[in-house]
Amino acid sequence: MWRQAKWDEPLIFEYKEKGRRGMLIPREDEIRKAVSVNIPDKIRREREAELPELSELEVIRHYIRLSQMSFGVDTGMMPLGSCTMKYNPKVEELSQSLVENLHPLQDISTVQGALEMLYEMQEWIAEITGMDKCSFQVPAGSAGELAGVLMIKKYHEEKGRRRDEMLVADTAHGTNPASAAMAGFKVVYIKSNNRGLVDLDILKEVVNENVAGFMLTNPNTLGLFEEEILEISKVIHSVDGVLYYDGANLNGILGVARPGDMGFDVVHVNLHKTFAVPHGGGGPGAGAICAKGEMAEYLPYPIVEKSSKGYSLYYPKESIGKISTFFGNVGNVARAYTYILGLGPQGVSAVGKMSTVATNYLISKLRGIRGLELPFPGKYRKHEVVFSAKPLMNDTGVTAFDVAKALLDRGFYAPTIYFPPIVDEALMIEPTETETRETLDKFANALKEILAEAYSDPKKISSTPLNTSVGRLDQVTANHPTTVTPTYLVKKLREENKIGALR
Amino acid sequence: MEMHPWLPNLGDLREMLKEIGVKDVEELFSDIPKEIVLKRELNVGYGRPLSEYEIARRLEELSEMNAKLLYPPFLGGGVCPHYVPYAVKMIISRSEFYTAYTPYQPEANQGLLQALFEYQSYMAELLQMEVVNSSLYDWGGALAEAILMVNRINGKKKVIVPTNANPNHLKVAETWVKGKGIELVKVKYNEEGKIDVEDLEKKLTDDIGAVYLQTPNFFGVFETEVEGVVELARKKGALTIMGVNPLALALIKPPGEYNVDIAIGDAQELGIPLSMGGPSLGVFATRWDAKLVRQMPGRIVGLTKDSFGKEGFTLILQTREQFARREKATSNITTNEALMAIAVAVYLSLLGRNGLKELAEEVYLRSHYATKLVESRGIGKRKFLGDFFEEVTLTFPVEYQRIHEKLLKAGLHGGLGIDDYSAVFCFTEVHPKKAIDLLVEKVEEVVKNVEAS
Ligand SMILES: Cc1ncc(COP(=O)(O)O)c(C=O)c1O
Repeated sequence: MWRQAKWDEPLIFEYKEKGRRGMLIPREDEIRKAVSVNIPDKIRREREAELPELSELEVIRHYIRLSQMSFGVDTGMMPLGSCTMKYNPKVEELSQSLVENLHPLQDISTVQGALEMLYEMQEWIAEITGMDKCSFQVPAGSAGELAGVLMIKKYHEEKGRRRDEMLVADTAHGTNPASAAMAGFKVVYIKSNNRGLVDLDILKEVVNENVAGFMLTNPNTLGLFEEEILEISKVIHSVDGVLYYDGANLNGILGVARPGDMGFDVVHVNLHKTFAVPHGGGGPGAGAICAKGEMAEYLPYPIVEKSSKGYSLYYPKESIGKISTFFGNVGNVARAYTYILGLGPQGVSAVGKMSTVATNYLISKLRGIRGLELPFPGKYRKHEVVFSAKPLMNDTGVTAFDVAKALLDRGFYAPTIYFPPIVDEALMIEPTETETRETLDKFANALKEILAEAYSDPKKISSTPLNTSVGRLDQVTANHPTTVTPTYLVKKLREENKIGALR
Repeated sequence: MEMHPWLPNLGDLREMLKEIGVKDVEELFSDIPKEIVLKRELNVGYGRPLSEYEIARRLEELSEMNAKLLYPPFLGGGVCPHYVPYAVKMIISRSEFYTAYTPYQPEANQGLLQALFEYQSYMAELLQMEVVNSSLYDWGGALAEAILMVNRINGKKKVIVPTNANPNHLKVAETWVKGKGIELVKVKYNEEGKIDVEDLEKKLTDDIGAVYLQTPNFFGVFETEVEGVVELARKKGALTIMGVNPLALALIKPPGEYNVDIAIGDAQELGIPLSMGGPSLGVFATRWDAKLVRQMPGRIVGLTKDSFGKEGFTLILQTREQFARREKATSNITTNEALMAIAVAVYLSLLGRNGLKELAEEVYLRSHYATKLVESRGIGKRKFLGDFFEEVTLTFPVEYQRIHEKLLKAGLHGGLGIDDYSAVFCFTEVHPKKAIDLLVEKVEEVVKNVEAS
């Protein structure tokens, strides 16, 4: 049976011993004799920051215990839909030696090795997506979207037109409309049809001279391929709109089809999904923003360029500017580089197929389970599948949320739930190509058991999880203006009655 | 392909397809229009899957192409070289942390959540700001998000930024806020390298949404008129954004004590390797004021209780976020820099109260020692006279490019040239006295050579 550690590990600030130290700092006594610290009174810190004082072992034990109360791909399967939680090959960590000690403002003659890696990656991601040029300015997918919509905005402005509307599919990830809004666009949602795909008739009706572009992911967040993509592209391009590809779902078609060939003009790729950069407990990831044709000149700078004299930096003529302070998350681009080297062209080309096989295999194992419904049936899914637990909820009161918690008790992370918004009680499952067939079988069995138990003993499911470090968390206490506690400082100030409610 | 360690089901393919009920893989893709199905292998990598040994060799080959320097570069400008202890590296290599994702299931990710809460709390203590998010991408991005947040709060479309703030941060901010039509109004700096308060007063009109101030600023100089600037802004109904290097906060008054509205910065200097500038860690904090907190970008971890009454952690105030609010969200960010935040928490735990102060002092002293040496040898002088931290802007009697080239030949990487004769140098605990002495000696050789000819 799966059990997670349950340490009663206090906050690090609650270790009250004094005078210990976890590391030494190099000290130059001669320098200390030659000069002294002389901060102007007006700006000198009077009250020292209250940091704990711990030995190295105390610090290590504290954080090791915390790590034992956490869950990653290396601990167990993480079928988080839309997140592509594939295995992160350990060789990736070797890549850090290439870049970790390089300063971003170094003379480029001193970082030619790193630039060669970046250049090769630009070329490879362009080849994979069917684009002309790529920039790694974007530290994650949503930053890629922001870059993309800013490029689209500038593209129209350069043509002397004001276009205010950005089209977004109703199955889109929340980052799509959020990014469009950040760039000052009005978001117009395109409803899905009864096959779970972009409704072409609605699209044709909506598209006019005020539409700047369309943000789409393909396969979409239901795992379905937009089979009318060539028609969609025609419609958008008929008004010189720009077709934007949200690359979060690239894993389902990697090596099978390329966004560039489908008619997309601008593409972002999440290297932390498709190219196995570890997710780091929420980040850092890394992104690429790529474009073809005229749009490539709008990419954020710098881009690495190759000439007979070596590698240098290129500034696209119409560039929107900078998205990251320096070169983006280079450390993670290096990790993705080793992943591509390790898979080789044969391996990279097999990813889309094998992830799609995994999804459909899982569907075949889960089909027809009482309580689960497969919306928009009859089509093969790609990287992921979305089931609805609405029948279960109607029959037993047990929700998708409860099913998620029950999975934790069985040693599986939960699928993404309640997304996409067009599916009620959604369970969005993305197995990835790196889980073995036996693990997929075990996951399917766990889900079957949970659903059966939900019918026989619903209370038991809604009282899960019990095997995790803690039970369900109280969201009211967490968010109420009188109890919300975002930092230890707030906890202390509240105990001393020095702050009021967050109103 | 028959077998690959990262594609475990290649050998089970036939049986899996049978289970699915299709005759071949292609059938699973029959909904893709024929004309766009790729009929060739992708041209990536090196012809075949490389073994780990071969990957290691390729990485070594690339590393050989990078210059071998005797010491880390004397470069700052937003990130600075520091030593990252092994303890930090080992903790962030823990699989349960580094292969996890955003803790959507808090019950299974308590440790991760607690570590992030501790990061937020460390920053709150350093900044003396009550609310800190669990990370943004980097300083430039944090500045951009702060400006967008100001616009959401007061609807104004102009923000004052001083020209002594890091130019790369300003470029990032400019790019991000352009879509909303927000304009950055530039304010000059004075001969001390500090914000020109007179110029600020002139430009601080009623339509200004916020005033941004960076200390220590791009030239390494401490701003000494923060109080006055905050007061001026407040009088005009503008919010205040303060950019700080968190390491410097061991020595200087934190933003919370000036009562600024938003504090930002980069925590790279507290346990994160350079990695050519990323991953880094954008710091974002606000005062205890619902008006500000409700408009904050990014994830926040909070303390609560579980169903058994036990203390626990979860993501809080999520109604601000993109998945809940879509186009009305306070930011589009989701994947952030969480693991870097854990690195910073571990680093600060190792340093502890006294270590942090000692490190900040060591860095301060080394930058002052180097400056004193340059000035006493008569080979250069400070461009600005204000007190400085870690970084200092030096002006030389010869073109800096000549010095830069000479230093490179000697295996040293000098500072960042900012005009024909000046450069910003950074000195930290990874630049021992020997390194600084060598640097100054090499600079002296160039200066003397040029003067002699
Ligand atoms: C479909 C989709 N689009 C965009 C994003 C945003 O990517 P990121 O988290 O890298 O910012 C995600 C993932 O979170 C996603 O699943």
